[in-house]
Amino acid sequence: MILALLLAGGAAAQPHVVGDAIPTPLTPAPGDAARGRAIVADRQRGLCLLCHSGPFPEERFQGNLAPDLAGAGSRWTEGQLRLRIVDGKRLNPDSIMPSYGRTDGLHQVGAAWQGRTILASAEIEDVVAFLVTLRE
Amino acid sequence: MRRAAALLLLLVAAPARAEERRSGFADMAPATRAMQQDDMANPGMLWVLEGGALWQRPAGAAARSCADCHGDAAASMRGVAARYPAMDPGEGRAVDLAGRIALCQARHQGAEPAPRESQAALALAAYVAHQSRGMPIAPPADAGMDAVRAEGQALYRARRGQLDLSCAQCHDDNAGRRLAGSVIPQGHPTGYPLYRLEWQALGSLQRRLRGCMTGVRAAPPAYGAADLIAIEAYLMARAAGMPLETPAVRP
Repeated sequence: MILALLLAGGAAAQPHVVGDAIPTPLTPAPGDAARGRAIVADRQRGLCLLCHSGPFPEERFQGNLAPDLAGAGSRWTEGQLRLRIVDGKRLNPDSIMPSYGRTDGLHQVGAAWQGRTILASAEIEDVVAFLVTLRE
Repeated sequence: MRRAAALLLLLVAAPARAEERRSGFADMAPATRAMQQDDMANPGMLWVLEGGALWQRPAGAAARSCADCHGDAAASMRGVAARYPAMDPGEGRAVDLAGRIALCQARHQGAEPAPRESQAALALAAYVAHQSRGMPIAPPADAGMDAVRAEGQALYRARRGQLDLSCAQCHDDNAGRRLAGSVIPQGHPTGYPLYRLEWQALGSLQRRLRGCMTGVRAAPPAYGAADLIAIEAYLMARAAGMPLETPAVRP
């Protein structure tokens, strides 16, 4: 019963992890790089530029807690990027990067956010589609 | 095996954080520093002045003022804020300075304490803490407080919220780096209550802690909650010896 609820209730079906990657897209529809760029730059949605810097000349305030996003598409495959966004803590439990596609293992989550992933599956696909274009 | 080696490396590397303690004051723009240092320009001094008036005003069923018992705050309150939070024997729990003032109002004035974070509560706390400006933070040595501080340290290190971040991950591990445009401070509570330009008002450490928790999308404890007092007790021990700045100004 609980298992059935877990399977049905998650924002996304359990993604299939292979090695350090999720090779299969989370949604049937392909991600959109332009939408992904907007999500990455949005401090309320993607939150990415709070910690990362990147090739966003129009964004004045970018963080330096995490690697520059420039060249991310050269350093990682699409599947590797997908796992790092969905649940990077699977690779590094001490990472400060939130797991964008996970709702379990969290504590004291505010009422407005309970049971919700930071990004929806379609948004994660958009972000992945954008990041693979960041090549050096 | 590789994971074990990586973990070991992490454990060895973990204590390598910057040992030099820095007040958030040191990271501010020169204009903001000047605002704090000039009492005529420091907006927090308006609360201190109001607190000074409240100190003299009789209140409650006893129609007694703070000054009736404590006299001149410049003498009687000197160093007091540097020692809080402290155990209250009557309550059998740790209280912060605001909680101590509220207990005093209820017990000795027979007055309804001003609600936390109200103008009057902040003004009195600012007035009392101002009497310790420049004095080193000196947490009391006391077994009860040791337990509270240990609890506070555990809370400080606990990940929370949808973003799954602990206080320590930013304020220990990444202090000095930039979160978007802002330098992450080490999080020493040297100047509370303080005037934040972002708030356009004076506010308590509890307001700041609750704001940070909301920022990581966690449910913050209520004002006055034991968890917030425990975190404050830990942070004050972590900042022991640093001079109090109340009322500080922060961006």
